[in-house]
This record gives sequence, C-alpha cells and structure tokens, in this order.
Amino acid sequence: MSQRPALTARQAGLLSCHICGQLARPPATGGHALRCPRCNAPLHLRKPASLATTWALVLAAAILFVPANLLPMMTTASLLGTQHDTIMSGVVFLWQSGSWPLAAVVFFASVMVPLLKIIALVYLAASAQRRSRRQPLQRTRLYRLVEFVGRWSMLDIYVITILVALVQFQGLATIQAGPAAVAFGAVVVLTMFAAMSFDPRLIWDPLADAPHPEHPHD
Amino acid sequence: MLAPDAHPLLPADLIACHECDLLQREPALAPGETARCSRCGALLARNPPDSIDRSLALACTAAVLYLIANLYPLVGLEMQGRRVEVTLAGALHILWHDGMGPVAMLVGVTALLFPVLELLMILAVLVPLRLGRASPRLAPFFRLVRSVQPWGMVEVFLLGMLVSLVKLSHLATVILGTAFWAMAALIVVLTLAGRAFDPRLLWQAPTQTSAEAP
Repeated sequence: MSQRPALTARQAGLLSCHICGQLARPPATGGHALRCPRCNAPLHLRKPASLATTWALVLAAAILFVPANLLPMMTTASLLGTQHDTIMSGVVFLWQSGSWPLAAVVFFASVMVPLLKIIALVYLAASAQRRSRRQPLQRTRLYRLVEFVGRWSMLDIYVITILVALVQFQGLATIQAGPAAVAFGAVVVLTMFAAMSFDPRLIWDPLADAPHPEHPHD
Repeated sequence: MLAPDAHPLLPADLIACHECDLLQREPALAPGETARCSRCGALLARNPPDSIDRSLALACTAAVLYLIANLYPLVGLEMQGRRVEVTLAGALHILWHDGMGPVAMLVGVTALLFPVLELLMILAVLVPLRLGRASPRLAPFFRLVRSVQPWGMVEVFLLGMLVSLVKLSHLATVILGTAFWAMAALIVVLTLAGRAFDPRLLWQAPTQTSAEAP
C-alpha cells in the first residue's frame, strides 16, 4: 500500500459534534452524557443504538405498508353511490382519466418510494451490520437518496386532506378519508425516523478497522 | 457533567466528515464556494456571500408569505352554483372532525407548525447575529432548526394540492386562492434562505464585530 491510509476521527480518538462539527477528545476516565465544548450538544461517537433503532423502525414500517395499500384510502359518496379507493385504484383512476403524468407522480411517490425506501434501508442496515467493505461510496449515495426522497411520500396524505376538505357538497358528493390514510402516514413517519437513526459512518467504519471480517460490532 | 477537552492542540481547520468520519482540513472558501469531503463527497461547508443580511431578508419575506399562506383560502371549488373555499386550518378542522385525528395532526405538524417553528428559530438565531450579539446561547435554537428542518414539507403539500385539484377538475371548476400563490413563493424563499445561511457564522461570530468597533 503506497497510499497513506485515511484517518478517521474515531481512529484518532476524537468525537465530532453532529451540530457544529467541533472535534473533541473524550476524557480518559470515560463517561456518559458528554457535551460539545462549543455548542453544548450531546456528543456521541456514533448515533446511539443506530442499527437496532433502524431495524425496529423499518420492520414496523414494512408491516404497516400492507394495510396502507390494501385498505381504502378514501371513500367517495355521491349521487352515483359509494366508492372505496385504495392508493393503487387512485393511481389507476388518474391514469384512465388521461392525466398520466400525474398518475406516474402519485404512483412513484406513494407506492415506489416507500417500498424502495424500506428495501434500501434493510440493505443499508444489513450490510453495515455484516461490516461489509464493499461499495461504501455507492451505499453512502443510496443513503443520501433515501433521506432526500422520503418526504415526498407524504404526497398522498396531503391529497386526501385537500379532497376531504373541498368535496363537502352535502347531498351531491362528499369524500372521507379511509383507514389506510393513518397507516400510510405512519409508514412515511417511521421510514423517515429509520433513515435519521441510521448512521452513515457505520458504512465506512469497517474500512478503517483491521481487515478481520469477524470483528465484533461495537 | 463531564466536559470533554476542546483540544487546543488540534489545528483549527481540522474537521471530520459527518457522513464518513474522515479527518481532513477545511479549505479556505471564497464567497460562493463549497467544500466537499474528499472521500465520500458529502457537503462539508459553504461560504454564501453576505450570509447574514441575505438570509435575514429572505427569512423576513418568508414570514410575511407564511402569514398570507395561512390567512387566505388555499384552493376553492365551484359546483352547480355552490362554492367551497378552504384555508389550511379549515382543512385540518374538517379532517379532525372526520375522525382522522392522527392524519390531521400529521398534516398540521408538517405543513403548518414546523415550517413556522423553523422560521422563528432561524430569526431567533439571525437577529442577534446581525446585531453582533452572537453567544453560545444561540446554539440550542440552531439545534432546534436542524431537528425541525426535515419535517417541514410545504413543497410536498403544494404538489399534493395540485394533484387533488387535477383529480377534481373534471367534476367542478377549481379556483387557486391567494394563499396558494403565497405558498408557492414561500417555498422558493425558504429554499433560498436555507442556502444563504452559513451555520459556521454561529461559531465564528465573536471576532467579526471587532472590525466595526469605533
């Protein structure tokens, strides 16, 4: 190896503040509840219990993803009768009524993004747990993508809010939100928390350690 | 409480990447330049020109737009001579009484409460900075800004309004209200304000004011 190995803050025995970036050396005596000397934010070497928290939240999101897609998202009562719509039937309706760009947007934001987000987080957490050394840059980019697109899944919740509020023509047509709205909102919130609890530095940590794949996780 | 060593022996420009933990020197940045991690490409620092003045001006604009966006009707619908208009608060009220309390709370927090909280926190940091009174007491506000930021989703809400209006457009005449346009402008201004603010000023500020002292 001709290249000088990259030194991380952890190897140098330093903690970096996640708010202001200040580097600090923890006292030799050890201790809990360390605070940043500059901005007083709590200091951690890595986000505490990062992988366990991510796993728990992703699992909960994956379970709720099922009712979110199977239960009705909204109920339309009109002169023509009562109609229950799931997320997918809403997409199909948009597609058939000719607004296919919008159908694509809703399908992407409401079905693909939550699903791919759950899969991506499982992959990130699993590979970090196995202390994989493969493709750290690609995995970091995947993490950034997950963090960036996650918020757009809230789209359907907002659509429902406006539809319910506007279509209140008693006797002509009313729209009510269905139980899937609660489940879907929970999926979005849980996956966002899951992405926040994952610490991307765990992707890079195995590269800094000696090449022992069986190295226990700390 | 144990206070860790601030470590005076470390070079002042040494930083650790917050995404891959690599230690590196922070380059001196000319106005408008950005620094990225040499290993993972994460954004390390930016040096926006006239940071405080510009972000303060934009934050004040955003505050005015926020008021308009919440006081006036967002969207309306006209159907067989009947006209319905809703404000954001009105929509939440209807949703709440529809038995959708959790959903109403989620929408209220992400589209109404957190955007204004973020705005107030930004102002609480910027105004003392502009007056040359930076102090470590500002840090908690900045921490709140950072934790609230991902949950303000005005831009997603705007897209949601557009989708629902397209869904309704063949049933009734849709009306875009004053608040709709205010919200569209708010998104642009908030984004610009976020880009104009340089958080490093919070930690460097005390030395700045000495140049202006008489």
